[in-house]
Amino acid sequence: MSAFDEAIARDQRVEPADDMPEGYRKTMIRQIAQHAHSEIIGMQPEGEWITRAPTLRRKAILLAKVQDEAGHGLYLYSAAETLGADRGDLTRRLIEGRQKYSSIFNYPTLSFADVGVIGWLVDGAAICNQVPLCRSSYGPYARAMIRICKEESFHQRQGYELLLTMMRGTDAQRAMVQESVDRWWWPSLMMFGPPDADSPNTAQSMAWKIKRHTNDELRQRFVDMTVPQAEALGVTLPDPELRFDAERGHYHFGQPDFEELRRVISGGGPMNEQRIARRRQADEDGAWVREAAAAHAAKLAEVAR
Amino acid sequence: MRHEWPLFEVFVRAKRGLNHVHVGSLRAADHEMALHHARDLYTRRNEGVSIWVVRSDQVATTDPGEKESFFEPSGDKVYRHPTHYTIPESVPHI
Amino acid sequence: MSFDDAYQALTDHDDDARWAYGTGFTDPLAGVPSEVPPEVDAADLASYCLMLGDDALILSHRLQEWVTRAPELEDELALANIALDLLGQARLLLTRAGQVLECSEDDLAFRRDTTDFRNVCLAERADGDFAALIARLFVLVSWRLAAFDRLTGSRDAMLAAIAAKGVKELTYHRDYAAQWVVRLGDGTALSHDRMATAISAVMPATAELFETHPVEERLAATGVAVDPASLRHEFNAVLSEVLTAARLWPVPFAAGTATYPPGRHRGSGGRDGLHTAGLTGVLVEMQSVARAVPGGVW
Repeated sequence: MSAFDEAIARDQRVEPADDMPEGYRKTMIRQIAQHAHSEIIGMQPEGEWITRAPTLRRKAILLAKVQDEAGHGLYLYSAAETLGADRGDLTRRLIEGRQKYSSIFNYPTLSFADVGVIGWLVDGAAICNQVPLCRSSYGPYARAMIRICKEESFHQRQGYELLLTMMRGTDAQRAMVQESVDRWWWPSLMMFGPPDADSPNTAQSMAWKIKRHTNDELRQRFVDMTVPQAEALGVTLPDPELRFDAERGHYHFGQPDFEELRRVISGGGPMNEQRIARRRQADEDGAWVREAAAAHAAKLAEVAR
Repeated sequence: MRHEWPLFEVFVRAKRGLNHVHVGSLRAADHEMALHHARDLYTRRNEGVSIWVVRSDQVATTDPGEKESFFEPSGDKVYRHPTHYTIPESVPHI
Repeated sequence: MSFDDAYQALTDHDDDARWAYGTGFTDPLAGVPSEVPPEVDAADLASYCLMLGDDALILSHRLQEWVTRAPELEDELALANIALDLLGQARLLLTRAGQVLECSEDDLAFRRDTTDFRNVCLAERADGDFAALIARLFVLVSWRLAAFDRLTGSRDAMLAAIAAKGVKELTYHRDYAAQWVVRLGDGTALSHDRMATAISAVMPATAELFETHPVEERLAATGVAVDPASLRHEFNAVLSEVLTAARLWPVPFAAGTATYPPGRHRGSGGRDGLHTAGLTGVLVEMQSVARAVPGGVW
C-alpha cells in the first residue's frame, strides 16, 4: 500500500509535497480551479446591484459580500497553486472557455430581490455543497473551505433577512420576491450537478475522499432545509410535486430540467458569453498595469543588487 | 502562460502572544504590494496584528520522502517528557 | 481544531485565533455626545457634513464601479475595501447631517436631487483607465487625510470622532494609491505616459478642493471645520514627494490654475450644488431602485 493510499484509508490529509497519483492531482486542480472560477464569476450577477442598492446599509453588505467572493476565489487559487498549477494559466483557461464554473452564474439578475434570493437559495445550496468539502482529503483545499464556510455564514443570512424585510413591505415588493424565487428555484437545484446515475466522476472522487456525498444526497438535504424556510418567508416554491413524504422522512420534489443544465454548462446559458467577456476584458485591460508593476519591481531589485 | 507576478506565502499573527500562522498565498509584484494584498485578503475581519510575507520560491522544505530519517528518531526519547519520572505524591511543587 | 469533523470545526469557536478569524467589532461613535456645540450654527454644521459625506459617497460609487473590472483580483479586494471605508465615512457624516436636518442617511443619499449634493466635482468624474482611477484617488484621499487630521480636534465631538476613525483608513488609502502612482510612473514607458496623462488631467480639478466656502469659513472660525486653503502646503508636499519618486515631477502646468465647466467660475462649484453631467449619471444609477419602489423597505 502506498503512503498515499494509506493516508486516504486512514482519513489523513494529503499535503502539497506528498507523492500522489497523477489522476488525483489533476482531478484536484480541476475541481479547485472550477470552484475558484465560480467564486470569481459569481461576483458579477450580484455585483451589478452594488451601485443600485436602495439603502446604504444594503450597499455596504452587498459590497462586502461580493468582495468576500473575490477573497474566496483567491483562497482557492492559492490552494490550486500548491499543486503546481499557475494562476495565470488557470485564468487563461477560464477566459478561453476551457475550464468551467458553476452554471448558476449564467442566469441574469433582474431585480434587487435577486440579491436576497441568491443569498438564500444559491448560497444556501453552496453551503450544502461546501461544508462536506471541509473534509476533503487534500489539506490546502479543506483548510480553504473551512475559512470560506466560516466567512459565508453571513451571506445566506443577509439574503434571507433582506427577503423577510421585503415581504413586510409593499405588495409590489412581495411580488418582486415571489417572481425572483420562481426564477431561481430550479437553477439552484441544478447546482448539485447531474443525478448520481449520470455523474461519471463521482465514484472515483468518493474513493479518493475528494467528495463525501453524492449529488442527489446533497440535493435532498438542501430541499429538506429550504422548504420550511420558504414557509416562514411566505413564498411558494414553483414545484407542483413538492410534498413531505412521511414514509421516507424527506420532501419529495420534481425533477429539475437536466437538459437545461447540460446546455448552460456547455455555454448555452443566457449570460455565459457576457460573464466570460467581462473577465477577459478585465484581464486584457489590466495587462499593462500588471506589466508596469512587474517592471518597477525588477528595477527595485536591480538597484538593491 | 505564467502569471506576471510571483507567488508569496502569507503568515498572520492573530493577536499578541500568538505565533504567526501560515494562512495561504497570493500574487504580488513586490514585497510592499504583497503586504498590502495580504492585509486586504487575509485580514478583512479584524484577524491580525502583524503580517509576514515571503516569496514562495524562497521557502525551503523538508522532503516527505525523508520523513522517517528526519522525524522518527525523536520519537523514542521518552526521557524528554516529564511523565517519564516517578516522584512520590507527597513531594510538593514538582 | 479537529480536521476530521468539519461540522464540529465550523462551530468550534474557541479556536478562532488559530484561524485568525476576527471578532471584537466596535461602534466608533459609542458614547460620543451628539449635541451641537452652543455657538455653532446647526445648519452650517449639516452643510459641512454633507460636503465631506457626499465626497465620500460619490467617490465610493466610482470605486464600486471597478468591482469585477480591476487589473488583478488582489486589487479588486483592495479597491472594494477602500470603497467600503469611504461608504462607512459617508454614512457617519450623512447621519450627523441628518441629526440636524431630522432625516435619515438614506433620505439624504437617495432622495436628494443633483443640485442638493455638496461634493467636489473631482469626486464625480468617471475613470477612463486604471491610471485615472489612481490619480484621482491619490489626490482626493491625500486632501481628505490632511483635512481629517485637523478635524480630529474639531469642537464638534461627533465630527472629531468620525475624523479620528477616518484618519486611520485614509492613511492606508493614500499609501495604496501612492504606491500605484510610483509603480505606474516608474514601470514601463506605456504606464509612465498613462500615469502622466492622468495626473495632468486631474490636477486642474484639484483647485476646487482649496477654495474656502463661506460655510467652511464660518465653521473654521468656531473651531469646528478646517479652512481648506490651509491644507495646500501639506498637500503639495505629499504630491511632490510621491510624484518625484514616480518620475512625474514637476507636473506640466502652473500650480493653482484651474479650468471650469461652462457656466462656472471660481467660487461656484460642487460645494454649491453646481455639478457636471458625471454626478447626474451617478445619481440616476444609485437612486434607481430606491425611487422605483415608493414606500419600499429594504
